[in-house]
Amino acid sequence: MNPAKPPSKRPGWLWPVPVALAGWELATRAAGDLSFPPPTTIFSRMREMWLSGPADRLWLTDAALTDIPASVGRLLAGWALAGLVGTTLGIALGRSPLLSRFLGPLVHFARAVPPPLLLPFFMALFAIGARMQINVILFGVVWPILINSAEGARHVDPLHLETAAAFGLSRGQRLLRVVLPSALPKVFAGLRLSLSLALILMVISELVGSVDGIGFQLLDAQRSYDLPGVWGTIVLLGLLGCAFNAAFLAAERRILSWHRAANQTT
Amino acid sequence: MLEISNLTHTYGSGPGSHHALGGVDLSVAEGELVCIVGPSGCGKSTLLRSVAGLLRPGGGEVLFNGAPVAGTPKDLAVVFQDYSRSLFPWMSVADNVSLPLRRKGLDRPRREEAALEALTQVGLEEAGAKYPWQLSGGMQQRVAIARALAYRPALLLMDEPFGSVDAQTREDLEDLTLRVRGHHAMTILLITHDIDESVYVGDRVVVLSGAPATVVGDLRVDLPEPREQIATREHPGFVRLRAEVGRLVRGPRPAAQHPTPETV
Repeated sequence: MNPAKPPSKRPGWLWPVPVALAGWELATRAAGDLSFPPPTTIFSRMREMWLSGPADRLWLTDAALTDIPASVGRLLAGWALAGLVGTTLGIALGRSPLLSRFLGPLVHFARAVPPPLLLPFFMALFAIGARMQINVILFGVVWPILINSAEGARHVDPLHLETAAAFGLSRGQRLLRVVLPSALPKVFAGLRLSLSLALILMVISELVGSVDGIGFQLLDAQRSYDLPGVWGTIVLLGLLGCAFNAAFLAAERRILSWHRAANQTT
Repeated sequence: MLEISNLTHTYGSGPGSHHALGGVDLSVAEGELVCIVGPSGCGKSTLLRSVAGLLRPGGGEVLFNGAPVAGTPKDLAVVFQDYSRSLFPWMSVADNVSLPLRRKGLDRPRREEAALEALTQVGLEEAGAKYPWQLSGGMQQRVAIARALAYRPALLLMDEPFGSVDAQTREDLEDLTLRVRGHHAMTILLITHDIDESVYVGDRVVVLSGAPATVVGDLRVDLPEPREQIATREHPGFVRLRAEVGRLVRGPRPAAQHPTPETV
């Protein structure tokens, strides 16, 4: 089933990482600029910030145990809600030409508003805190999911629908067992886009209005001229982004295995 | 059990419209296997879709067990030509077969039992856990037939069911159809453009003219049972019937091989 893996999937593809790190180290040491600390300094600061706790807590510090879960929790809550709302509304729009004609322009307008601009509004509406941040993420990332779901639901194979009609599947069964699975590959494409968008909005919402979280830590480090701390937080965000993406792709591979395989054979 | 009277249908309107059915009359008795043949594009599928309630015909009437067809009748199953698009790729073979049984209100164990029984009848009892796209074309069409059988319809509609498989598989599927109809008290309406096939599997062959379609021939097939691919096809009765059906399909004039709207 899995012949020669593409080059990027072999373990050997990681070799540019140590090379880049070594180059970075040499360049920053040669420059000696305080704004650009060498990676070794950044990593030891990261260790200090998050991995210098007691052994019985797996060396995690208080900051690692409060800020990171708080941020990740808000991100996942906002993203999951957006997934629910976006898929439901998207499929409704995709299946109903009437609804699509009425709401389509509104959706395209709302999508065109840059999500960070919503921050002042939501801060006024909900005050600073998790509720505000989750709402910012929800309204910022729901659009790719909604538009992709609508696209997927609009293009269900007519013969699938005819088969469902011929065997008298009820409306609910048709939606749940025919339309939704048909649209799922598109829904997942939207979810994946939204996940990286959610990470960005999480940080931005914490930079502006928060008393904890990774974004708040970043702001705190910057205010106290802790540049290795700033860099370390940025690296942490990059690593989180990679981890989310990898976890998402693994889930997608499992759930959409029929889609990949069916498209390979036909 | 099925009464079709003066069925007409036109797709679209104005100069681009297509007059598919020009008043079709047909009645099918309980337990019959009726083959409908006609030149391609003559409206065979339109006829079938009207019977299945998938299309609202422009005029005329379809009575199924005495009641006019509105929406898809409960006792009816369809096997489409394009099996790869009619089976759901995200469901296992067994789930595909048992899905329609929800309409009958069966609980899960009984649905699974019925699916396995139907798959056994088409010789695919081992394939339940597989996905449709892991099977060959002929096997996929057998799954589609099993799905229809599990549903235990009073009327089975087959729209060019063997049109997309190779010749050998086609013969196997024809024999499979003849075999399974013996197990179930089913009436079958099979649409095909293959004259040999219509004579081989049918009790009756109904010939449609080119669009707009009307019934131009209705022949009873009185060949010895059971039918057998070699012996039946060399039977003098078979040779005579296929010639007769062939002439009817071609139409009265030799030039009418590809009828155009102007010639009719």
